[in-house]
Amino acid sequence: MGETITFWVLAVVSVGAALGVVFNRKAVYSALMLGTVMLCLAVLYAVQEAPFLAAVQIIVYTGAVMMLFLFTLMLVGVDTSDSLVETLRGQRFWAIIAGIGFAGLIVLALGNAVFSSQAGLAAATAQGGYIRSIALLLFTKYVFAFEVTSALLITAALAAMVLAHRERVAKKATQKDLSKARFLGDRPTPLPGPGTYARNNAVDMPALLPDGSVSEESVNPYIARYDVEQDRLPKDPKFAEAIRQRAEEESE
Amino acid sequence: MTTNYLILSGLLFSIGAVGVLIRRNAIVVFMCIELMLNACNLAFVTFARQVGNLEGQIVAFFVMVVAAAEVVVGLAIIVTIFRTRRSASVDDANLLKY
Amino acid sequence: MDPVEIIQHTTGGVIGLSWLMIAFPLVGATILLVFNRYTNRWGHLLGVAMSLASFVVAVLAFVELLGLPEAQRRQAVHLWEFIPGMVDMGLLIDPLSIAFALLITGVGSLIHIYSIGYMSHDPDRRRFFAYLNLFVAAMLLLVLADNYVGLFIGWEGVGLASYLLIGFWQFKPSAAVAAKKAFVVNRVGDFGLLVGMFLIWTTFGTLAFAELKPITAENPTTLAIGLLLLLGACGKSAQLPLQSWLLDAMEGPTPVSALIHAATMVTAGVYLVVRSGAFFFPEGSGAALAVAVVGAATLLAGAIIGCAKDDIKKGLAGSTMSQIGYMMLGAGLGPVGYAFAIGHLITHGFFKADLFLGAGSVMHGMNDEVNMRKYGGLRTYMPVTFATFFIGYLAIIGFPLLSGYFTKEGIIETAVHAQPILGWLAVAGAGITGFYMSRMVFMTFFGEKRWEKDAHPHESPTVMTVPLIVLSIGSVFLGGYLILSNRLMDWLAPAVGAPAARPEFHFTSTTGLATLALVAVGAAFAWYKYGRAEVPAVQPRGSFLTTFARRDLYGDAINESLIMRPGQWLTRLAVFFDNRGIDGVVNGLAAGIGGSSGRLRRLQTGFARTYALSILFGAAILTGALLLVGNI
Repeated sequence: MGETITFWVLAVVSVGAALGVVFNRKAVYSALMLGTVMLCLAVLYAVQEAPFLAAVQIIVYTGAVMMLFLFTLMLVGVDTSDSLVETLRGQRFWAIIAGIGFAGLIVLALGNAVFSSQAGLAAATAQGGYIRSIALLLFTKYVFAFEVTSALLITAALAAMVLAHRERVAKKATQKDLSKARFLGDRPTPLPGPGTYARNNAVDMPALLPDGSVSEESVNPYIARYDVEQDRLPKDPKFAEAIRQRAEEESE
Repeated sequence: MTTNYLILSGLLFSIGAVGVLIRRNAIVVFMCIELMLNACNLAFVTFARQVGNLEGQIVAFFVMVVAAAEVVVGLAIIVTIFRTRRSASVDDANLLKY
Repeated sequence: MDPVEIIQHTTGGVIGLSWLMIAFPLVGATILLVFNRYTNRWGHLLGVAMSLASFVVAVLAFVELLGLPEAQRRQAVHLWEFIPGMVDMGLLIDPLSIAFALLITGVGSLIHIYSIGYMSHDPDRRRFFAYLNLFVAAMLLLVLADNYVGLFIGWEGVGLASYLLIGFWQFKPSAAVAAKKAFVVNRVGDFGLLVGMFLIWTTFGTLAFAELKPITAENPTTLAIGLLLLLGACGKSAQLPLQSWLLDAMEGPTPVSALIHAATMVTAGVYLVVRSGAFFFPEGSGAALAVAVVGAATLLAGAIIGCAKDDIKKGLAGSTMSQIGYMMLGAGLGPVGYAFAIGHLITHGFFKADLFLGAGSVMHGMNDEVNMRKYGGLRTYMPVTFATFFIGYLAIIGFPLLSGYFTKEGIIETAVHAQPILGWLAVAGAGITGFYMSRMVFMTFFGEKRWEKDAHPHESPTVMTVPLIVLSIGSVFLGGYLILSNRLMDWLAPAVGAPAARPEFHFTSTTGLATLALVAVGAAFAWYKYGRAEVPAVQPRGSFLTTFARRDLYGDAINESLIMRPGQWLTRLAVFFDNRGIDGVVNGLAAGIGGSSGRLRRLQTGFARTYALSILFGAAILTGALLLVGNI
């Protein structure tokens, strides 16, 4: 009875969270929803006589893998790919049709299957208990796969290092080089900071130049685009126009 | 009870698959793949209990390890692509075509 | 009497080494061609030495053969297994082949020597000698091989060498065209020979002379083989209807004309017919009659062409055609004819080489002028050339007691008995020969000087005159020696068979006297036209008949309108069908595939998500299928 209640609660939560992963616009929320699903599954493992896997699930997935996801999200940041506007014609429609069809077929197949009563793991773990039985299998029958897995992990670590490594092809630019480049370019001075001479002191507020005109360059283009998309333009039409222009420049 | 677990597993898998198909952010696509792997693991654990031996759990364990390695490499690739193309959209990497 | 059996040569001796005959000139040609300009200084000497060495081997083999009893005079020398189970390469040393070998190497060596002088100013003399050696080797393989395959290889080698030699001055477009023409026309004959060989193989299962059996009665298959071999012979021997190449082939250096187009190469056809005589051309058969008819027709055609040519070499080429026609006529008359045909072939080899080399000597002294209308009165300026040329002339018109007299009379006599119509045609041909050869002599050596301004005629160097003298000696005595008391006939009997009745040579037979009278008339008419009267320096327009002869009896025109034009239309038609029909289908198919592929490839969008969608559909369909059939 307890298991049934647990199952239904967790099933509803995990399916909801899974849908959240797919349909949340923000990747960070998706990541958190995924964490929820994983935790739910960890509990379901524990309920199904797999406490070891439940622990591994929490440690590896919700711990390490989720951290990696979040870390990468922070590295990559926000960009156009987060938009939920479908660009491929018919892709979403057919994807949902196929997904529902596949799920329907699976449910149909499983619903028609007749299972005998669960055998349970009591017999399998009778000798020396659960952890010992797992260890026995892992280090005898599956020892080769286990060792290969370790090689796989090392390879993956090396691969990540190789992929993330960036070879320096040119000499590192000194301060002198940088100042030369700046004076050779079209703007020797730094960009004006936002909010300068402005009435609001915020990063999305364009600076005013000494003659009182608005400097578009003072606003970060990403922020400008965000403001346009979220409709958070300042009330002053002069500033709003500057931010809109900046956002357009960025999208070009 | 087994049927319920398996149906839950199938649903999660299908949701993950749809997510792979409709999301463009490579990281979210990756998350959906992880979702599908987890759904499989649930099925393994359920079957282990159903037939009464531990092998299903062992396989689930290996799946986790492989998934961890895969995430490492996959995310590294995403970061590399992002660094060169300034985009994490799977649709932007479409040069290999007709 | 049938030919004697061919026995396998076992003992050593020169006959066992007879392959050296071919090897010497072949090695010479190889050295000269491979080491190229490094052999420039002594290349001609090597060529002569190789040819002479070959001649020495031939003479030694001849002597050894003489020492054997008649029943053992056909010896096959096995060399190697050529095509396993089909053809063994070997040489057949018998009276016929050794007679040819002596002629080829003997006259060939004299021509080699003569060429030293004639080609002394040519920068490519070394290459010339390489080709001459190659030619001698190929011709020797042709006559010495003991099977049709070896003969065919030699046959093709001769074709190649003649192509190279006719086109030796390939910077002259006319020479290049003539070489090509000779090659192409020869191909037609080769085709006949090749198909004939196929037919021999399928009918008799062998291509070796030793294994073929003489036939007595003709059947359709042997008739077909005989006619095909005759086609081959016509190509090589410039007989009607494949005669057109010979006149153009005079573009080559004069020694080439002497060697290839007078003394040796054109005799290959006669050799083929005589060699195959017992197998496919039995006396009185249709095939033999065809040979005789072709010979008679060609001897007249050649003689008529010879009458109208102002180019001394082309006139001689016409006479070569005509004389080979006599040989073919003789070869179509059975064993008696064989002896006279071969006899005429040998004597003709001498006097025709003599005449050609004499003509070359004249040209040598006249700045390579070939137009006889620009000669005249040369007898005092080049006495040796004149004397030798005159002897050759007397021999070829059949002046009594000279070589040509005996052999030609023999052929005519035999022909008149066997095929009266052809025989009398041959008599008429002899009369025409008397006319055109006299015309040539009168225009060249007698009468007014009609030289170009810069001509300084002079006698040729000794290296050129000595071969002329040797050849003219042969032209005087050889015929009588061979024909009187049937020496050649007895010698050849083991190889080609002996006639039932031995002919006697009559000095005063009706045909003989008639021939002599006609020749005298012809010569007198020539004297009247060209000796006594003034020869116009420019060719007069001439009657219809003259034009007919000048244009080589319209041989080229006939070839062109009967073969070339229809061939061109056929190819145009084929090209049209190829472009429109076949290419249309092929291109349409390709365009269809290309077009549909162009649309199909649009499925490769480059979007991973599209591909993933198709995978999911696939998985769903598979699951559905499993549900349907697997009852899960």
